[in-house]
Amino acid sequence: MSEPVSRREALKRLGATGAAVAAVSGTALWLHGRRPRGAAPEPYALPSWAVAKPASAPDLVVARGSPAASLVTAALEEMGGIQRFVQPGDVVLIKPNAAFDRPAWQGSTTNPDVLRAMVAACMDAGAREVLVTDNPIHVPEGCFRKTGLGKAAEDGGGSVWLPRKADFGPVALPDTVLDGWEVFLEPLKRATKVIGIAPVKDHNLSRASMTLKNWYGLLGGPRNRLHQKLDETIATLAGMVKPTLSVLDGTRILIRNGPTGGSPDDVIDGNVLAMGTDGVALDAFGATLLELGVADLTYLQMAEQWGHGASDWMALDTREVTV
Amino acid sequence: MRIANVRVVSQVFFLLLFFACLYMATAPRISGFPTSIFLEADPLVAVAVTMATGQLYHIGATGLALGVILLVATMILGRIFCGWICPMGTLQHFVHWLGFSRTAKARLEGNAYRKWYWLKYVILIGFLVAAAFQILQIGLLDPIALISRSFTDAIFPVIDHGLRLLGLGGIAPSQTPVYAGAWFIGIVFAAFLLMSLVIPRFFCRALCPLGALMGVFSRFAVWRIHRDPGTCTGCNLCLKGCEGASDPHATLRLSECMVCMNCVEDCPHGSISFKFLPPQESAKPWPDLSGRRAVLAGLGGAILFPSVRRAGATVPLSGTPGWIRPPGSHPEADFLARCIKCDACIHSCPTNVLQPAGLEAGFEGLWTPILDMRVGYCDITCTLCGYVCPTGAIQRLTPDQRAGEAERPDGTDGPVQIGTASYDRGRCLPWAMDTPCVVCEEVCPTSPKAIWNKKETVVGRDGQERVMQRPYVDPKLCVGCGICEHECPIRGPAAIRVGSYIGTV
Repeated sequence: MSEPVSRREALKRLGATGAAVAAVSGTALWLHGRRPRGAAPEPYALPSWAVAKPASAPDLVVARGSPAASLVTAALEEMGGIQRFVQPGDVVLIKPNAAFDRPAWQGSTTNPDVLRAMVAACMDAGAREVLVTDNPIHVPEGCFRKTGLGKAAEDGGGSVWLPRKADFGPVALPDTVLDGWEVFLEPLKRATKVIGIAPVKDHNLSRASMTLKNWYGLLGGPRNRLHQKLDETIATLAGMVKPTLSVLDGTRILIRNGPTGGSPDDVIDGNVLAMGTDGVALDAFGATLLELGVADLTYLQMAEQWGHGASDWMALDTREVTV
Repeated sequence: MRIANVRVVSQVFFLLLFFACLYMATAPRISGFPTSIFLEADPLVAVAVTMATGQLYHIGATGLALGVILLVATMILGRIFCGWICPMGTLQHFVHWLGFSRTAKARLEGNAYRKWYWLKYVILIGFLVAAAFQILQIGLLDPIALISRSFTDAIFPVIDHGLRLLGLGGIAPSQTPVYAGAWFIGIVFAAFLLMSLVIPRFFCRALCPLGALMGVFSRFAVWRIHRDPGTCTGCNLCLKGCEGASDPHATLRLSECMVCMNCVEDCPHGSISFKFLPPQESAKPWPDLSGRRAVLAGLGGAILFPSVRRAGATVPLSGTPGWIRPPGSHPEADFLARCIKCDACIHSCPTNVLQPAGLEAGFEGLWTPILDMRVGYCDITCTLCGYVCPTGAIQRLTPDQRAGEAERPDGTDGPVQIGTASYDRGRCLPWAMDTPCVVCEEVCPTSPKAIWNKKETVVGRDGQERVMQRPYVDPKLCVGCGICEHECPIRGPAAIRVGSYIGTV
């Protein structure tokens, strides 16, 4: 017979076994039933970024003339100053249309001069940071480079946020075509103010691409499928994003072959810029620039019907300025 | 400083330069840099492409004419390229330095000449004879094409992915690129490198056709390694670090010597030197290849033409090939007479649309660039692939030349067409399922758009009439960029696909 183990040794060895068993079981208990990696997170309900409107302030401002940057300054002033929208410490997210890897003169993207002026205005108002972002159709890096929007954002004191896979998550929009859809959420979560700057463009399927269609650039997922319900999708976007301010950039107007353009013949100088908080009203005004009416824009009628804005912009407190 | 250490500095410098070229050879960094300089300075590329095309390709001072410089250097100094410059050689050197036995016995055996090292000359002759028949396959084993391709397709994406995981941002223009068949390219490359653990510089000594070419030309070298038999004690220590397995301890095999200078350093008696015009009889000037083997190798190269080209895979007997080549590419047969499968174009492509072909482009087309529109699309303002192409297989165009707004060297006019899109009406939503869509029309980049819609009234199963916008392609306007195919929401094969129907309509 071998020597029996001492009590001390037995306790030590049993203790080691016990600790190992406890560690493995504990880890298993901790891991079991957890949300698997890559599982869809809970849909996120976007807040409204709208600010209260002072009684004396207009609903909509139309600025005409040139250069583009002065239109921004003049329109902002008429709106009641940038201070109406941006307070010191704000994180401002600006969403231009950077959809295509094309030079600005082609009119398929937001005018960089307009973006630069807007970014600078936000920084002057004391914004902590200004993020400029879009999830374009072409390769994002090329889009921000070739359109000049990347440089404009940086010149104005802002920074470009290029979309990464991890930035996207599902949005909560019950009973709409976009409920649970992948949206470019991260910059939206970080922003305390949101400003859209959209060019005025011809579009075959929706007839026009303006401030409401611009929010399409916040969508991820298989968004090419949404074309099957394009009007419904755009109208839904009008309810999804409640921006602090919306800018309709008609400094150049893409009158045909949209939304890509490609030829100087497709673009005219619009020399106009409109600002407001109601995308429906802005798009209704923008339609006139494309020689269209509200009756031509199904999405606009839907958006109005769903209570996302008013298309009769002339009935609003609309003011004009000329530069 | 010891001469062998100078050599190590040179090797590290050129390896880093190679990586720097690779790093720079992509948007937005590329502008103005001679990123393809290693490929252009490769004499085998110059010789083989010239044999296949009858022209020493160059643009200004760059291009394959640079290869002649290295060939001349080889005729004066021997295979300094192999020992001092070649990044593929340096990597193998590094692998066997890391992992090969450090005992003198193992190293003497590892660096002994093996008689099957004639294999590389057979490969060279076979490839060159084939090249004379316009079958250019040197890229399979040319070390610069091989390392360029391997880093582009297999290693670069791994590094890029890793950097992104670490939150350091990638080095690719946008997302980490994906390449079809990269695993195989990577395995071949890894196998060549790891063979250095069994036999140091196995690839260089046994397979490398560029080394073989330089081996032939080093016969004229006026400086070379010379052993003084008067002071030599026959200790064989010179063999210990011999990179080329060139028998420095006996009669030097000049064609194998990589001028690494290790023997000069390792000789305890100072009997070995790098000498100007040493006596003829202290070296064997020619490779160890029998005439019969050379003739057989030539025959092997010659049969590639009937067996590969005429077998119909390159240009199907039905007419044009079923794959799409990059913008500015020569017609298929001329393209294949120039493409060395270095995949520099694939590396430069900002949208990842360029992919290394597997066997779908025929045996000849293995690892040549083809477009996969489901992965990316061809940006119609981009000409990077032609800019980096070292051999002009993809012609160097300016964006204006590509758009047809400036004259092109080949005399063709209008925008460059790489293919033509056509609808699969059995899959297309407005055509087959009465569902609105036309994403293809939205993204079509030409002005006016090549894709246009016709409003058609259709009667559904429910008897209801509705107006559908049904898309059509205008083949005269379509440039084949493939963004329609890329953005088509139909899963599986897209409902609009780009094929090579150019000239059909």
